[in-house]
Amino acid sequence: MIRIPCPFCGVRDHSEFSYGGDGSVQYPALEASSQDWHDAVFQRDNICGMQTETWQHVNGCRMWLLVERDTMTHEIRSVRPAQTGLTTALEAIK
Amino acid sequence: MTRFSAWNVFWNGVTGQKGWSRQWRDPEPKSHYDVVLIGGGLHGLATAYYLAKNHNIKNIAVVEKGWIGGGNAGRNTTIVRSNYAQPGNREFYEDSLKLWENLSHELNYNVMFSQRSHISLLHSPGAIDGAARNYNVMRQTGTPDVEIWGLDQLKTAVPHLNYGPNARFPIMGAAVQQRAGTARHDAVVWGYARAADALGVDIIQNCEVTGITRNTNRITAIETSRGTIKTHKVGLAVAGNTSRLWSMAGMGQLPIESHKLQAFVSEPLKPLLDQVVVFGMGGAHFYISQSDKGGMVFGGDLDWYKSYAQKGNLPIVQDVAEAAMAVLPCLGRVRLLRHWSGVVDMSMDGSHFICKTPVDNLYLNAGWNYGGFKATPAAGTYFADLIANDRPHKVIANHDLKRFERGLQIDERGAGADPKLHG
Amino acid sequence: MTATRLNTGGRIDRSRRVTFSWDGKTIEGFEGDTLASALMASGQQILGRSFKYHRPRGVMSAGVEESGAIVTLGEGAYLDPNVKATTQEVFSGLSAKGQNAWPNVRCDAGAVLGLFGRFFSAGFYYKTFMGLPPFEWGRGTGIWMQYEKLIRKAAGMGEASRAADPDHYDHSHAYCDVLVVGSGPAGLSAALAAAKKGKDVILIEQDFELGGDYLNQSDPVVELKRATLVDALKAAGVRIMTRTTAFGLYDFGTAGLLERVTDHLSVKPLHQPRQRFWTVRAESTILATGALERLVAFTNNDRPGVMTANAARSYLNRFGVLPGQDIVITTNNDSVYRTAVDLVKAGAKVTVVDLRTELSNTLLNKMSQVGVVVKTGLAPLKALGRKIVSGVQLARPNGTQWIADDVLSCDLLLVSGGWSPVVNLQSHRGSKPIWNAKDACFLPGKCNDNVTMAGSAAGYWQNDDCEASGLAAASLAMGEDVKPPSAVGWERPLKPLYEVRIAGQKTKSFVDPQHDVTASDVRLAHQEGFVSVEHLKRYTTLGMATDQGKMGNIIGLALMADALGKEIPDVGTTRFRPPYTPIAIGALAGRNTGEHFKPLRRTPMHDWNLKHGATMTEAGLWHRPWYFARPGETLNEAYIREATTVRETLGICDVSSLGKIAVQGPDASEFLNRIYTNAFAKLPVGKARYGIMLRDDGMVMDDGTTWRLSENSFLMTTTTTNAGKVMVWLEELLQLRWPELRVHVSSVSDQWGGVSIAGPKARTAIASCLEDAGVIAAENLPFMGVRKTTLKGGIDCLIARISFSGELAYEIYVSADHGEAMMDLLWDAAKPMGGCLYGLEALGTLRIEKGHVTGAELDGRVTIDDAGLGQMASTKKAFIGSALRQRPELTRSDRAQLVGIFPKNRNQTFNGGALLCEKENVKGFGEGWVTAVTHSPALGHWIGLGYVTGGHAAWQNQTLIASDPTRAGEIEVEIVSPHMFDPKGERMHG
Repeated sequence: MIRIPCPFCGVRDHSEFSYGGDGSVQYPALEASSQDWHDAVFQRDNICGMQTETWQHVNGCRMWLLVERDTMTHEIRSVRPAQTGLTTALEAIK
Repeated sequence: MTRFSAWNVFWNGVTGQKGWSRQWRDPEPKSHYDVVLIGGGLHGLATAYYLAKNHNIKNIAVVEKGWIGGGNAGRNTTIVRSNYAQPGNREFYEDSLKLWENLSHELNYNVMFSQRSHISLLHSPGAIDGAARNYNVMRQTGTPDVEIWGLDQLKTAVPHLNYGPNARFPIMGAAVQQRAGTARHDAVVWGYARAADALGVDIIQNCEVTGITRNTNRITAIETSRGTIKTHKVGLAVAGNTSRLWSMAGMGQLPIESHKLQAFVSEPLKPLLDQVVVFGMGGAHFYISQSDKGGMVFGGDLDWYKSYAQKGNLPIVQDVAEAAMAVLPCLGRVRLLRHWSGVVDMSMDGSHFICKTPVDNLYLNAGWNYGGFKATPAAGTYFADLIANDRPHKVIANHDLKRFERGLQIDERGAGADPKLHG
Repeated sequence: MTATRLNTGGRIDRSRRVTFSWDGKTIEGFEGDTLASALMASGQQILGRSFKYHRPRGVMSAGVEESGAIVTLGEGAYLDPNVKATTQEVFSGLSAKGQNAWPNVRCDAGAVLGLFGRFFSAGFYYKTFMGLPPFEWGRGTGIWMQYEKLIRKAAGMGEASRAADPDHYDHSHAYCDVLVVGSGPAGLSAALAAAKKGKDVILIEQDFELGGDYLNQSDPVVELKRATLVDALKAAGVRIMTRTTAFGLYDFGTAGLLERVTDHLSVKPLHQPRQRFWTVRAESTILATGALERLVAFTNNDRPGVMTANAARSYLNRFGVLPGQDIVITTNNDSVYRTAVDLVKAGAKVTVVDLRTELSNTLLNKMSQVGVVVKTGLAPLKALGRKIVSGVQLARPNGTQWIADDVLSCDLLLVSGGWSPVVNLQSHRGSKPIWNAKDACFLPGKCNDNVTMAGSAAGYWQNDDCEASGLAAASLAMGEDVKPPSAVGWERPLKPLYEVRIAGQKTKSFVDPQHDVTASDVRLAHQEGFVSVEHLKRYTTLGMATDQGKMGNIIGLALMADALGKEIPDVGTTRFRPPYTPIAIGALAGRNTGEHFKPLRRTPMHDWNLKHGATMTEAGLWHRPWYFARPGETLNEAYIREATTVRETLGICDVSSLGKIAVQGPDASEFLNRIYTNAFAKLPVGKARYGIMLRDDGMVMDDGTTWRLSENSFLMTTTTTNAGKVMVWLEELLQLRWPELRVHVSSVSDQWGGVSIAGPKARTAIASCLEDAGVIAAENLPFMGVRKTTLKGGIDCLIARISFSGELAYEIYVSADHGEAMMDLLWDAAKPMGGCLYGLEALGTLRIEKGHVTGAELDGRVTIDDAGLGQMASTKKAFIGSALRQRPELTRSDRAQLVGIFPKNRNQTFNGGALLCEKENVKGFGEGWVTAVTHSPALGHWIGLGYVTGGHAAWQNQTLIASDPTRAGEIEVEIVSPHMFDPKGERMHG
């Protein structure tokens, strides 16, 4: 069981979350070319090691998170809200 | 090499088993090969065999970082079927099944391909129509052995499925492929290795690729833990490790993600299930058969998150056990003996790649999702054909890396561009 | 082996007799017995038959490593095969029997297979059974499959029941600071030390008593120590779980445990599960899992009457069973001497045969004082006796060879080939054990997790050392900087011994007795090149039996190392996989079985529907009304009547399962504009619009109507199937891609109960249910209009004039609690007007007639153009999927497109899933396929929807074949527009 420290709910089993995908993908503007969209949607680094990925706390606060996790050891280095601005807001509360 | 036969089993029994030689040699790597296949799994070994046999290329090495068959070849649930319905996949997997049917004789190695039939349970009129569409396609494209069964026929064949009033998803029928079944996965590895070796292929184990040397468009040599090997052509068949080797070759991204798939086996039992049974409903996915040794071999979904680790986690163990009980409630007292996992190369549409690459003499075999084991004979045949002739056979013409740019997704499930959804 | 129950001693409760049955015979034991000890005490010697050769087997150990006494418990649906008699507690009424034998294990016809053993070497089945013998003529799999039938019958071990398991199982969860696995000297010390430091500790023991090796000792001082420790643990608040196996270690300190709750009870308490599966999340884990004694490979080392030396100590001191009278103990290490002394004291004649020659005089004197005969420099070459051990042929080493020596008679042959620490759980974490040549065993290696090994599992062989290592482990687990104590090791060094044989002589020495893997099999594997340990394992099946190599792995490795001329660590070790001991699948599934397999979703009107005659059907996790049959009506009659009634008068249909998402915020319209293919920015308040959303890759994802309730507030509906998926998708877009949009989405699917009222009289019926009937007048609520209003009785509702059926139709949503009240109100109004309730089947009919798409058409592989809705894709704005839907393959004009289908002969029918083929070319993939079919009451014949290359335009006035070879064969059809009824939509606008 991977245990994910959700910034909103605390440490929870990964079975409460759903895995999204590669968090480093920058989706282009809607108007961007088919080629740009192809690369974003289909092409992956598929890193063996520490990668940034998206998870949603789907059976919890439903927030999307950016998780730095090692795909070999499953060790988690950091977790932050995917929505920029929320990280700052959380810091401010602390 | 001693030929395998009842006679030789008898004779060696009498004479103290002295007549059996190594099933494949343990050669030192040569400094140069015409073709180097990276990955001593089923696809690498099969490709070597068919290159030697069909294309008369004999100076071939298969390099394997561990021991042959140690990856997904030895970790799958051994199901062989051809019930794929999308153009390209359809022909490919049917060709594969035909090759499976004579594989023991072809290799002179009993791979125990048991055509015990493959039964997909259906739970709604819509699901029956959906399956019928695929199985009609199969009937019309050279696969005569498929049927849609009603409940009565199913009950006769598999009387101990959950037909009871407490079944959460009552069974309404089944889609059946009679020629499908299971094979002994390790035997297939060893059979191809022995046959390839007999044709002169060097199988080099404990030989990890540590670097790939290339000029702009050609690979000139590969660096390994056992020295530099020069080569004219390189074939890559490393499943879950494809992206790692790809980046070692200095290439960019691939439409592949590595995910973890668990598999399970129970304690050995006297015959309890004579077919392969598959269940998919309510978000659950489960498949089960019984090995000849008696273990119930089963599996389900991916662990859902990307992983290179060959170790499982509990949530899927529980999901799979629940599905097992839903299908065969008599399994409650049957004990799980072992569970393990493999790293599968999930592609963006659930279908594979056997294709040329941006590097002239590098050929790719990857993206097998759940299908790698059953694909073995065809994957070997068509990959060998591609490497030997430097052009794809028409059956695999669309199994290239550019298909998504063209707008072609060979998507059996209609799940879209998310690798984890193609289980 | 002539075992006897002693009158005193042991931990059994002689005041509590239990009777149980073995192979139909009634046998007596005591509370505290295992099945093995009780059977042994009653003189039963042959308890099992081996996998391949059907050799007789008896008790070989006293624990989970057992490879001989494997039996079947229970009857009927309670049949429980492959139970290790050494770990099963006896209880009154227990029924056990031998397995893999006919007629019984004592006299098994299958033993004849043993005569052909020379032909059944490792992997022989890969070399034959392919074709006609003797030269394997033939093709295909036909001959193999005949052989396979016989092989399958012969293989397997116990027989499982085909009836559903009647027991139930629970799942539990726990958290702790320190999880201690094993309650021997190390585990007890570690748990107590951690608890004393204020840690929340869980202590796990697979046995039914705490104490581990303490339990095998007769010394009252030891027992006092054990009892004191256990009391202290209880006082310190340690959560103690006996009969609980830690079967696997997983990521992040998670352990899987199996607690056997009632397996040992004759009367199973009501409301107690048979077993409980625990998921424990521990900050740190201490593994004090002990060590297992190994056998040695020599001929007939599997005879009943051969067992590990320490097992005899356990049977004697714990169970009060003296397992033999005339005992030979063969050893290569110190551990057997305490056993020898105990056995002599209990009245047996004992000879110790020690391979080592350099024994101290102190030891020899001590042994001679108590009457133990010690012979040195010898090892067992062959167990004698036809079915049961009657003696042992010894051998002495001569260089690297062996020479036959004395024969000793005996009725029990105990063997100690050294000890293997149980590193299995740590191995689950990917830790590689390290070979220790001195003690001839694998010791725990480095582990990246917070897992500490203690006691004999870490190579400490003396109780004192184990206790000290337990204390140190507790400190280490808490991150303290402590050095583990240095292991004293054996007093006199162990002399590695794995196999005894005389070169050239035929042997039948078992390495893995359970799977009948012999030393010759290992050598044959080497000869054939299966030298990697994983190849060895797979080729010979060594270590694949139900003990997972606990007995045989090390010997197998050693033999392979010997054959290769390498050291053991150079050959490697196999990685252990969970579970440590086999776990019932029922326990892993827990309560989520039968009707509780997946949660059943019911609409707020579920009971109301049932009360009004609904037959339900599966729709994902939902049950939805399929049809409302009148007495005597079939499904077909019912749906045709329902669809007809809707077209003629009106019908009411529960649509609550549709996904409903509140989309709110100043940028809500911009958000919708980006996710839907059509324009939403200018949708007026009080209006609904049908929208299609695509996936990133340009394929259709979902469809539904979205209602603008106010400037900044929308209610989106999705299909039932995709409700969850769309919600996640919207959240992902808002949080990950477009954080700048001020929009909030929440799922309100469960908050609303929804109903569709369709038919020419729908307006009249609804009007009579409204507080203000004027609201629904055509001019106040035009097509696609939305209003908030109130039903009679003051029920607030949303009403929208939208139509899936093509009739004048409305959807009304009320808060879920008012769902039934709304249904009552509407039904009371509709019924007198001749209206009906209708289900999914009639809904399907109505929408097929209109050519409206659902999941059957939108299967994840179609574009918006394929579905005939291309005009809904805006060319004035970009939206999700707009870039990739332009890829060349997706814009080809010969793609399959949505069409309507009529049977050429209107009296005929065809099936969904049929392929559409050209008349003279009924083969291959065809030109298209049928997605949905129905009898159309409006048209008076069978119709269908489907996809055909090029669409309706390409096949006008041509005959195609609907080919359904798996079910119905072929019929002629013609292709029409998908809008088969009221194509101009006059009815719904009326």
